[in-house]
Amino acid sequence: MSAIAKLFKRKQPTSSQVAKERLQLVLIHDRVKLSPDVLERIKDDLVTTISKYLDIDREGLQITLTQNKRLIVDMPLRERSARKRSG
Amino acid sequence: MPGKVITITSGKGGVGKTTVTANLGMALAQHGQRVAVVDADIGLRNLDVVMGLENRIVYDLVDVVEGVCRLRQALIRDRRVNELYLLPAAQTRDKTAVSPADMIQVCEQLRREFDYALIDSPAGIEQGFQNAVAGADEVIIVTTPEVSAVRDADRIIGLIEAQEKGPGSLIINRLKPDMVRRGDMLSTEDVVEILAIKLLGIIPEDEAIVISTNRGTPIVLDGRSPAAQALDNIARRIMGEDIPMYQPAREEGFFSRLARMVRGGD
Ligand SMILES: Nc1ncnc2c1ncn2[C@@H]1O[C@H](COP(=O)(O)OP(=O)(O)OP(=O)(O)O)[C@@H](O)[C@H]1O
Ligand SMILES: [Mg+2]
Repeated sequence: MSAIAKLFKRKQPTSSQVAKERLQLVLIHDRVKLSPDVLERIKDDLVTTISKYLDIDREGLQITLTQNKRLIVDMPLRERSARKRSG
Repeated sequence: MPGKVITITSGKGGVGKTTVTANLGMALAQHGQRVAVVDADIGLRNLDVVMGLENRIVYDLVDVVEGVCRLRQALIRDRRVNELYLLPAAQTRDKTAVSPADMIQVCEQLRREFDYALIDSPAGIEQGFQNAVAGADEVIIVTTPEVSAVRDADRIIGLIEAQEKGPGSLIINRLKPDMVRRGDMLSTEDVVEILAIKLLGIIPEDEAIVISTNRGTPIVLDGRSPAAQALDNIARRIMGEDIPMYQPAREEGFFSRLARMVRGGD
């Protein structure tokens, strides 16, 4: 999607955008046969390991499998001056 | 030159496989090709009624496989065009009456006698589907622009790739251009991006399909409706013609209409 298209599409996603995102996600699991359960376990293990060295934000951790089968781990570090978060 | 066996399949049921098979068969025959259409949906025979040939069935696919009759005897000639034949499914048997090896043999015979044999696959991923693709040279996957149908199509693509028949090509059926425009239906681009296979054609939602099915007259015989044109374009692409993708936008904007007029035609 071009930057301009993104700009215009910001706010409320249309139902077709929602459909596309849901499909992409479900197909990732279908294609690699990775269940949400296994994904959660991978997350836990990652957090356990990395936490030995760094302060990680477990809630912000995201794992995605791209269409061309790359596993991308996005692991935000907890801020030192931990601002109070709601929830 | 031996003919080509093309299986039309989908994963999800009711997305338009039988409609597509009947019309592509008819359209190819209209273009002078020798065509056989085969109903591989054993126990749920349907291609015969969609084509309006249900009253002329004597033998069926299972009779051929079991040696009750010869292939030629089971083929019903469609008199509305020159060289179009239907091989009906058995209605009172189930899919275990035919094996993939049987289908490979039948396809081998069809290849010798026809330019194209189109096989109408049952829904699902079980034996009926396995039978339908066993003898195929190529596979066409039909989907609608809906989450469940696209998901099932993805599964089918995986299966036919595993059998080295893939990746196949894609037909998107029942597209509603105004819903796409409103952002309430997956677009052609969305579906193609997700499934990542070659797009063979787009068929719009069209009431004329229901009417033609009521009558047992494949819609391409009537010609001018949007779905008929889309199906004819697909048939011509199968024959190797380079036909630009059907653009289902009817109430298109002034500029695209202008562009189309300048370019000429559809
Ligand atoms: N483009 C279209 N516009 C309107 N109606 C359509 C269109 N394509 C198919 N249909 C209708 O959808 C219904 C299902 O079509 P069809 O029987 O061809 O699907 P199928 O995939 O063969 O189903 P099954 O999985 O049960 O074999 C039919 O009533 C048909 O008339
Ligand atoms: Mg059918």
